[in-house]
Amino acid sequence: MTNLDVEWAKDWMRRASAILTEHRMELIDLDRAIGDGDHGENMSRGFAVVVTRLDEAPPEDVAGVFKVVAQTLMAKVGGASGPLYGTAFMRAAKSAEGELDSAWVVTLCEAALDGIVTRGKATTGEKTMVDAWTPAIEAARAAAEAGKSPAETLRAAADAAADGAEKTVPMKATKGRASYLGERSIGHKDPGSTSTSYLLATAADAAEAAA
Amino acid sequence: MSIAFVIVSHSAKLAEGVVELAKQMAQDVEFRAAGGSDAGGIGTSFDLILTAVEELTGAGHQVALLTDLGSADMTVEAVLEVVDPDQVRFCPGPLVEGAVSAGVTAQIGGDLDAVETAARARELFTD
Ligand SMILES: Nc1ncnc2c1ncn2[C@@H]1O[C@H](COP(=O)(O)OP(=O)(O)OP(=O)(O)O)[C@@H](O)[C@H]1O
Ligand SMILES: [Mg+2]
Repeated sequence: MTNLDVEWAKDWMRRASAILTEHRMELIDLDRAIGDGDHGENMSRGFAVVVTRLDEAPPEDVAGVFKVVAQTLMAKVGGASGPLYGTAFMRAAKSAEGELDSAWVVTLCEAALDGIVTRGKATTGEKTMVDAWTPAIEAARAAAEAGKSPAETLRAAADAAADGAEKTVPMKATKGRASYLGERSIGHKDPGSTSTSYLLATAADAAEAAA
Repeated sequence: MSIAFVIVSHSAKLAEGVVELAKQMAQDVEFRAAGGSDAGGIGTSFDLILTAVEELTGAGHQVALLTDLGSADMTVEAVLEVVDPDQVRFCPGPLVEGAVSAGVTAQIGGDLDAVETAARARELFTD
């Protein structure tokens, strides 16, 4: 089983930037329905700068890559997703030591969620990205405990995040901008959990390509 | 030690307007507007806020941070992780009323605790 390494982390960020650019309009439309419409722009712009910075000064380890991601998103993304994903990647950077195996994939997702909750103080069912990360952790843990590879564990996390994002549709938002809409937020998919599912999907893609 | 303010808003114009308004009753207090994203659009900017805070702490002030909505609080809390917590405080409250009330409190020599309480502007919202 191939462990994850710095090449995987850099490839992940390149793929993340590409998928977020590809789905920029979709994320804008989702955010326009229950927010201010900037999520697609925030994410595609933020990750484009991440890729430029990684190319300019390639870090030597996974923690270094995640630190660049954290600092860039924090500085360049003007919306909630900046400090939320920024703090998530900052915690993820701290988690990236020792064997980057399937068990670490679980630790990575836990660290990311921990950062998001520290910053946003949301819990499950509030129609935020927490509703994508939480099932991702559970699925990753089940996969890792069943002896799956890091790539398979990431794929399980990504699929669960995508499912979690779908499940935000009937929820009423009680955190973030969408909460101003109250009942009217029901029936729309949360943009942040959607971008989370794309992020995790590209993490799995990069791991599969390396395996 | 005197207290200075950083006014954080999603809109650069709003931040500047709040500073203008608050200064009227707090002529001797330092205010910095940190509004808008780093690209000049609607949003909040970690770098803009941090720069304003460091300028003021560098000049020997204690700093009170006031915010408008949503991610402004999160960005400010992220900034608080990299500055001296004894010198810099997030003071939640309604931005306009809070800035005026806290500004006046600083003008008449209130300390950081008094400024934080004033920023909540509670007395203005009880009927
Ligand atoms: N308190 C929170 N906790 C967790 N996630 C949150 C929280 N608030 C918002 N989010 C997530 O952020 C996403 C919106 O991100 P976006 O970049 O569009 O920020 P925004 O809401 O426009 O920010 P702002 O508050 O500056 O207007 C939401 O879809 C949601 O998933
Ligand atoms: Mg938005």
